[in-house]
Order: sequence, then structure tokens, then C-alpha cells
Amino acid sequence: MSAIPPSATTAGATTASASGAAPLLPEEPESTATFRIWRGDASGGKYEDYSTTITEGMVVLDAVHQIQAESANDLAVRWNCKAGKCGSCSAEVNGKPRLMCMTRLNEIDTTAPVTIEPMRAFPLIRDLVADVSWNFEVKKRMKKFKPRAPDAPDGSWRMSQKDVDRGQEFRKCIECYLCQDVCHVLRDHHKHESFIGPRFFVHAAYLETHPLDTEDRLPELKEAQGIGFCNITKCCTVVCPESIRITDNAIIPLKERVIDEFYDPLAKLVKLFRRRS
Amino acid sequence: MEVGPTTHYIMGGIRVDGDSQMSTVPGLFAAGECGAGLHGANRLGGNSLSDLLVFGKRAGEYAAKFAREHGEVTVHLEQADEAGARALAPFDRGAASEGPYQIQHELQDMMQDLVGIVRREDEMRNALAALDGFDERAARVGANGNREYNPGWHTALDLPNLLTVSRAIALAALERRESRGGHFRDDYPDKSAEFGGFNIVLKKAGDGSMEVARRPLQPLPTELKQIIEEMK
Repeated sequence: MSAIPPSATTAGATTASASGAAPLLPEEPESTATFRIWRGDASGGKYEDYSTTITEGMVVLDAVHQIQAESANDLAVRWNCKAGKCGSCSAEVNGKPRLMCMTRLNEIDTTAPVTIEPMRAFPLIRDLVADVSWNFEVKKRMKKFKPRAPDAPDGSWRMSQKDVDRGQEFRKCIECYLCQDVCHVLRDHHKHESFIGPRFFVHAAYLETHPLDTEDRLPELKEAQGIGFCNITKCCTVVCPESIRITDNAIIPLKERVIDEFYDPLAKLVKLFRRRS
Repeated sequence: MEVGPTTHYIMGGIRVDGDSQMSTVPGLFAAGECGAGLHGANRLGGNSLSDLLVFGKRAGEYAAKFAREHGEVTVHLEQADEAGARALAPFDRGAASEGPYQIQHELQDMMQDLVGIVRREDEMRNALAALDGFDERAARVGANGNREYNPGWHTALDLPNLLTVSRAIALAALERRESRGGHFRDDYPDKSAEFGGFNIVLKKAGDGSMEVARRPLQPLPTELKQIIEEMK
């Protein structure tokens, strides 16, 4: 490294960039694609077609931004990190709930118009932006983490690594709410008042598997949170951008525990017997 | 695979009091990336989070204290109306005027080229001249649609701020005739002890222009100096 004088190498780079010289990579093939984007607000709307140039490596969000800059300055779209970690750019691409920033154009058919619409399980604010605030309200109503008393006099706890590991999958959730969007209990049956949706079963599973937590969430899961409405179609698992096995690892174990607690005939009999004796 | 350096953090920012986080504008507090001075010439990985946890807490506490002590406020309606009219002006000019994204993207390209990772005096002077042209374009920018969730309008409102920050960066980088941390000058590739002794501070002068000044660094408190010596 030290054999190359820094000024010599950097000077070359500066001149090249200042004069707008050739890019480092060979020219990428260009083509044009049509995007059919939902435009509207709470009072209604319609699809509008926009054409834009697409190049290698582009994702759906890039195309939306390009269209916004070129021909629809007021196109509303929520986004932030462009790296699949903030959970802001959830939408429906060709009818499938997706993060726009993680949907590469070379994975979808761009010879036909690409349909982009907002998440349909929530009220619309404008264009591609849905009002997801219902989710925040649901979370506020859930029982918080309640740790047992510290194990040591210095206020710390002792946990086995195996117990800590159990909940880590659930912590990967980025709260994009794509699982809520695809769930037919919310989307088609509008059970927003009596069903908390896959995202919050994942949250409950995290708290319930936490080795320090002392709270009992089974009565709420059964009643107010409506876990019984889930009929394990696994759509939530399919759309999860973090590949959390929502149905298998979060919902089914919670369902099993609710059943053990409230519906197991053998347990009921034992309880009855105990009460009598 | 292409590998290259990129811009990912702004070390400079709003000059604030280290304890209260209040700027020279009474009641305006800043913490985190928009504040200045905490990370020296190069922020290291992970330090941004600790910065905003510590100084965000301080800013919040002092802002609350400030609000308690200055409870009664007088709203100058004519100033509010003026700000409102200024904000809505892009709609009056409408979609027939130049859109905000074109200006924003060209500004970004220009700043990346001329005040980017490797800097040179002649290029930065060209950038300052170019910024005058962007000022004029930003003053004529138009927006379509309505006020509800309108990113184009928001970008139009952002442009004057982007231009202020661009100018401050270029002027400060021009003044710093050395290379230090994230600031690399092709024409001054070495670190200079003299330049290590002061901060470069910009403020709005009476005529509205941007004034560049050098402020000597405050000496390190003895206990901190001791810690640094011990860690060496």
C-alpha cells in the first residue's frame, strides 16, 4: 500500500469523477417497464400506468422513486432504510405483500405491467401509504415483559443459553406488518377488534418464551386476542421477509398451550377430582 | 464486486453547548448526527448510538427545563403567516415550474463530484459558484397535488436546507487546509498540528451571507486527559 503515493491514485479518481467519465462497470442493458400504481386516498382512487427505464440490480422501490422523480412528484410512498430492516416500504406487488426495497425487478415479470398497491388490510392514507396505527394500539394493550426478582444481590439474573436462544427468532421481526396484511382474519373478515394478528402472536411468543418472564398471557390469547381465529393457513409465514416461522414456531405452540390450559378433558377431570377431594 | 468509500455520516453539525445541548438559538436543541463536535474528525462504528442515547437524554431534559422556565410564549401571527405563505409557495407556482427531485438529484451529484470524499480547492470553489445557481432554481421550484402526504412538496421545502448545509460543508472544507479523519484534501494530504487546534464555525452574518471563523479548542479537562494517557 505504502508504495503507491496516495496523491497519485486519488488525483486520478477525482479527475475521473469530476469530468463524469466512464463508469467502472460496462454499460448495463436498459429497458422500459410499465408500473400500474394505485393513486388515491380514503375517498377512493384508481390505478395509473407509469413507464420508466429499468436497469440491472433495481428493486421495486427504486422504480417507484424514479417514477416519483420523473412523472409523479406527489406520489406518496413510505420508506426509509432501503435494506429490508426498517419495515416501512410494505406494499402489494402483483398482488403479493412484499417489502418494495427487497423485491428485485429481475424476480418479477416486467414484460407485463407491474401492479403496486398499498397494504389492503389497513385504512389508506394516500397512494401507497397505509395507516398502520391499529398495530401500535394493539401492542399497547398487550401485557408487558415482567421479569422475576433478580437471581443475584447485584440485581442480575442467570439464564441458560438454550433458554435465551428460544426467543431469538421472534426478535427478528421488523414490524413491516406484511403478515397482518395477508392474514384473512384481518384482511377479509376484519376482526381487528377481536384478533391481534400474526405479528402480535410472534410478540406474545417472544415474551412467553423469555426465561425471566413471569406473566401469564394465555387467558388473553384465548379471549380478547382471539388466537382461535387462526386456522393455520401459514400465509403469514410465506410473506415474512425475516423468514420467521410464524405459524410453526409462534402460533401453534401458543395454541397448544391455550388448549392444554382450557380444553384438555383429562386435565379438566383431574381438576374436578382434586376439587372434590 | 465493486468496493469503494462512501459518505455515511456527517461529523459536523449544529454547534451546541456540551451540557444542555442548546444551540446559539435559544430554545433550539440538537443531539445525534445533526449536532457537531462529539466525534472529532471521524465517527467510529457504534458511537452514533451511544451519542444519541446520552446526549438525546440530555437534550430532552434541558429542553423540558427550558420550556418550564419559559412557559409563556407570544406567537407573532404575521411571522407565522409569512412562514405559511413561504411553505405554500411551491403550490402557487405549480407543476409547470421545475420539480424538486431534478434539483435535488443534480445538487447531490454536484456535491459528490466536487466536495466528495477527495477534495481540492479549485473543485470546491466551482461547487460554491454552482450553489448560487441552485439557490435560484430552488427559489422557483414548483409542487403539484395537495398538502396531504406529498413527498414532492416536502422535497421542495427541504431544498433551501440542503443548500445551506452544502454551502457550510464546502466553506468549512475549503478553510481546512489539511487532511484529517473523514476529510481528505488532495492538495493538503497531511495532518497539520496547527489545524488540530481549532474548530471551524460558520454563522449567518448581518448581510445574510455565511461567515467562517476559527474557534480555538477548549483544553481537555485534566481527568479526561488522564484517562486518554492511561489508555494509550
